[in-house]
Amino acid sequence: MGSPDNNPGIGGAEGLVDAALAGDRRALARLLTAVENRTPTAESALRRLYPLAGRAHVVGITGPPGSGKSTLVASLTSVAREAGRTVGVIAVDPSSPITGGALLGDRVRMQIHAGDNDVFIRSMAARGHAGGLASTSSAAAAVMDAAGFDLILIETVGTGQSEVEVAAAADTTVVLEAPEMGDEVQAIKAGLLEVADLVVVNKGDRPGALRTASQLRAMLVAAPRAGDKRAAGDRPRPKQPVVLVTTASTGAGVPELLAALDRHRAITRDAAAPAARRARAEAQVWAVVAERLRERLASDGLRATSDAVLADVADHRLDPYAAADQLLAALTTDQPK
Amino acid sequence: MTDRPLKVLIAKPGLDGHDRGAKVLARGLRDEGFEVVYTGLRQTPEMVATAALQEDVDVVGLSILSGAHMTLVPKICRLLGEAGLDDILVTVGGIIPDDDVPALKAAGVAAVFGPGTTIAEVADFVRANARHRG
Repeated sequence: MGSPDNNPGIGGAEGLVDAALAGDRRALARLLTAVENRTPTAESALRRLYPLAGRAHVVGITGPPGSGKSTLVASLTSVAREAGRTVGVIAVDPSSPITGGALLGDRVRMQIHAGDNDVFIRSMAARGHAGGLASTSSAAAAVMDAAGFDLILIETVGTGQSEVEVAAAADTTVVLEAPEMGDEVQAIKAGLLEVADLVVVNKGDRPGALRTASQLRAMLVAAPRAGDKRAAGDRPRPKQPVVLVTTASTGAGVPELLAALDRHRAITRDAAAPAARRARAEAQVWAVVAERLRERLASDGLRATSDAVLADVADHRLDPYAAADQLLAALTTDQPK
Repeated sequence: MTDRPLKVLIAKPGLDGHDRGAKVLARGLRDEGFEVVYTGLRQTPEMVATAALQEDVDVVGLSILSGAHMTLVPKICRLLGEAGLDDILVTVGGIIPDDDVPALKAAGVAAVFGPGTTIAEVADFVRANARHRG
């Protein structure tokens, strides 16, 4: 099987990284493929690239299917380009749980940027990962970050109520809502809206958009204020999202959205940054640790043990918790290499 | 991972507005286990080449019903070559007269699929001929 390692003209991981950092978009694309496929090339490339990342503003855009995420990403990209910023886009769509195939359709709305060398759009299939992103989306964003893009927009799959993973991958999380999608009780349910730094009611030209926005404002801002010690003590407090209205298809409200993103970036960069960065690092590292554990349990030395334990759980001879303990014990006795 | 899906760009260059075929194929290839990037109608050759580069696809499938294939297809193949993407498998579908097929193949097209081609035939051809790119 071919790999970027033996791709003539670019060389191995070192050559790919050098070329991508020098602005070679094909090298960047191949690095992203390596990251997506979790090849050895990707791991050595990330060792070099990760220290260079951390300069971009990484913005997560999430919300229900059809709420206008892709159109908003295209529109926001236009506004950011007018402001002279370079933009990387990672657009995630779901993979089929049955065939593993995927239809990646987010570019349809973004093709106006195809001729612009300072916009780089990459579609990713979620490949079975739940949570709204692919397991490698954060690493892909880090590659784009290191490659020098100012603004990185991560568009999740269409989400429901609890796909909050994007908040761990992004500096700023935007949750999109469409008008008339639910009442005030929807707005006070736990989950997706809680991780929003900005809530955007898109399709602002539709009836009910302003009412939806004012309902969201009333319910989301009614939560205890971050500074109110008596109300919340030392417990984690919900965010106080700003609610905006946009019409992504016409661009109305989108410059205001970029301004709000910048304000959020300015605030968090100083104040909340260490805690938020730490939380993001934790989410990313634990995800890789879990992945590595699973890979090792499926590797040759341990596959027989894993299969036996899984079969016991399937037949209700063993409960999942005891099974997990057995597998972790097996890991410690089977040292790699 | 070793058996990662092949990535296919389905694009409709030119001005005809009939993308039912392209959508049916995109969906069919999804069901065959491919990761399919669909870019929509009215793509310029430059848009197709940019999408192929950024998405790092293994295959570009072009759907053309307008009769402009002799202009559009060689141009797309040339742009892909100039971008260093000549290892991408290019296939064409739509209404292509038999007489034009040799010239398209000379321009770099691996296969031309006319009306009546089944999705399984396209999928099998792509699996057999696309270069897996890591």
